[in-house]
Amino acid sequence: MFGDYSIGDLGSIFVMQGFAGLILFSVYVLMALGLAIIFGQMGVINMAHGEFMILGAYVTWMTSSLFQSYLPSLFSGYFFLAMILAFIASGALGMLVEWGLIRHLYKRPLDTLLATWGLSLILQQTYRSVFGAREVGVELPQWMLGSLKVTDSIEVPINGVFVMGLTVLITIVVSYVLYKSRWGRQVRAVVQNRIMAGAVGINTEKVDRYTFGLGCGIAGVAGSAFTMIGSTGPTSGQLYIVDTFLVVVFGGAASLLGTIASAFSISQTQSTLEFFTSGSMAKVLTLLAVVGILMLRPQGLFALKVRK
Amino acid sequence: MIITSRFFNRSELIGFVALALVLVVILPLSLDVFRLNLVAKYLTYAFVAIGLVLCWGYGGILSLGQGVFFGLGGYCMAMFLKLEASSVENTKIQSTPGIPDFMDWNQITALPLFWQPFHSLTFTVLAIILVPGLFALIIGTAMFKRRVGGTYFAIITQAVAAILTILIVGQQGYTGGINGMTDLRTLKGWDIRPDHAKIILYFFEVFLLFGCILIAQFIRLTKLGRILVAMREQEDRVRFSGYSVANFKIFAFCMAAIFAAIGGAMFALNVGFMSPSFVGIVPSIEMVIYTAVGGRMSIFGAVWGALLVNFAKTGLSESFPQLWLFGLGALFIAVVLAFPNGLSGIWADYVQPRIDRLLASRKSKSGSPWAGNSVADGAPAE
Repeated sequence: MFGDYSIGDLGSIFVMQGFAGLILFSVYVLMALGLAIIFGQMGVINMAHGEFMILGAYVTWMTSSLFQSYLPSLFSGYFFLAMILAFIASGALGMLVEWGLIRHLYKRPLDTLLATWGLSLILQQTYRSVFGAREVGVELPQWMLGSLKVTDSIEVPINGVFVMGLTVLITIVVSYVLYKSRWGRQVRAVVQNRIMAGAVGINTEKVDRYTFGLGCGIAGVAGSAFTMIGSTGPTSGQLYIVDTFLVVVFGGAASLLGTIASAFSISQTQSTLEFFTSGSMAKVLTLLAVVGILMLRPQGLFALKVRK
Repeated sequence: MIITSRFFNRSELIGFVALALVLVVILPLSLDVFRLNLVAKYLTYAFVAIGLVLCWGYGGILSLGQGVFFGLGGYCMAMFLKLEASSVENTKIQSTPGIPDFMDWNQITALPLFWQPFHSLTFTVLAIILVPGLFALIIGTAMFKRRVGGTYFAIITQAVAAILTILIVGQQGYTGGINGMTDLRTLKGWDIRPDHAKIILYFFEVFLLFGCILIAQFIRLTKLGRILVAMREQEDRVRFSGYSVANFKIFAFCMAAIFAAIGGAMFALNVGFMSPSFVGIVPSIEMVIYTAVGGRMSIFGAVWGALLVNFAKTGLSESFPQLWLFGLGALFIAVVLAFPNGLSGIWADYVQPRIDRLLASRKSKSGSPWAGNSVADGAPAE
């Protein structure tokens, strides 16, 4: 497998594939961050998470089309507005879903899985009816095109660097909100002991709603980032949902650090293997490795030591 | 207590007879062969649904990977049929005669080793049971012995379904890829394609289905079934009472896998092909919804659920393709939110009491020993 390449080539391959993997890593982290909050913190299995992401992607696409037709002079900056709009749209939908569906099911986690799967089917069909079955692609502004030449054989695309920077920023913001702010303390209190949290005066229903909304909103931002590396169709979200759940479970459900570490290892393994075998075998080998490790270590990479 | 020692109580007996009447008499008499073949296809999912009643309804283990076992059973059967259809005379025009056509298209010149034993029907029948059974045993042992359950188990089985689908699609030369194994013709020289063969296969399938129903009913009534329910409700208490919780879970999961595999094998026979689109995540979740609609606690309900959801699917997607996904999605949400026990729950809550009251008023002098027994059972059946 490695025999045909010289050491220098191999180094370049690993760097380039590693970089391609970093973009995948960014989307995984953004998707998984939202899911880690919803699944890890709230215990809700949100199978419609991919559809929340795709909503963000469609919002981004609509914003870019609007800017193209009405404000071409500001087109280079559309992405920042699109990101905020995607966050608001997905977050609002998430809060609505929490209010209408999820809050009835907190005591039956396995049933949230079925109900949100139903929701994802409805959302997919809605996207198909509204936006059409064809995949749509977003036109990138001029400054994001092209690539940076690091050495002769290593080039990194600018949009990839941008997406990664974005991911780092969002991760920092989310961990600050969850671990440093007053509201984050309330969220963690509700997760640890709902009844006691309510008894000390936290409005648990409100906290639940905003937590779910935040998770979905982050998925929306993930959708914005997703438009840069792939085209958006009604079922694009479904392709990522299993991977994302594996990322969260592999990392250890309640740990943000674990989520990041597992997203990194999974995306890098897959991306590196992709160069040496076919894409499908790379995926199979990666998933098999993850499932195998989970069988040996069910609590994931970073387990919180809590008494159950 | 007298009642529970019987194999069927009265309402279950009614359910059994009603199902038998519909499947053996009414449907074959009222439908043409094409529609009957469709029913045969739907019933293959009923096998999976019965398995899920045992494993999910009773054991509380939600598996989102039943498509894997359905697929393994189906592919075992399809491999045998495909080998028979690819005899040297049938495949003279290929560059390597005597191997399945998709291998020839993928420049494979000799039959792979793992295909060789599928020349034998005995081996195939054994493989249909043993391969999925062993696979479930491995997954189940690895997970349940480490006390992994609930949502984690569901996600991991889903990942297994994803892996198997990608593998089948990717290894085109060995599995037929995304198109699956098509053009299956004969079973030991007996043509499975003409109408009369379809009818015989239908009745054979119904026969197997009733076999599975009886096995499931037997498991439900023995102490094993009680322990499954107890485990679902209070796992720790069962463990502290000295039972090996993991072994019971593994057993339920393996039984569900074997039922699903039988369904898959019948699918390959009845429908005449097998493809990865019946293995992956989406079909696996649809199989769960058949059980949920029928009622996760009811063996007969599962069969009705599989039939009705599929009839609705065919009907709606024939006339309003747009509406089908909305309908299916709404069905998921409605079943979970409003009817957690599905059709059989509605039956047990609204219809059964009326029948009981009607019958009780007739023999009011002798008194009714039946009233409320399904509730006392802890498990409303039908």
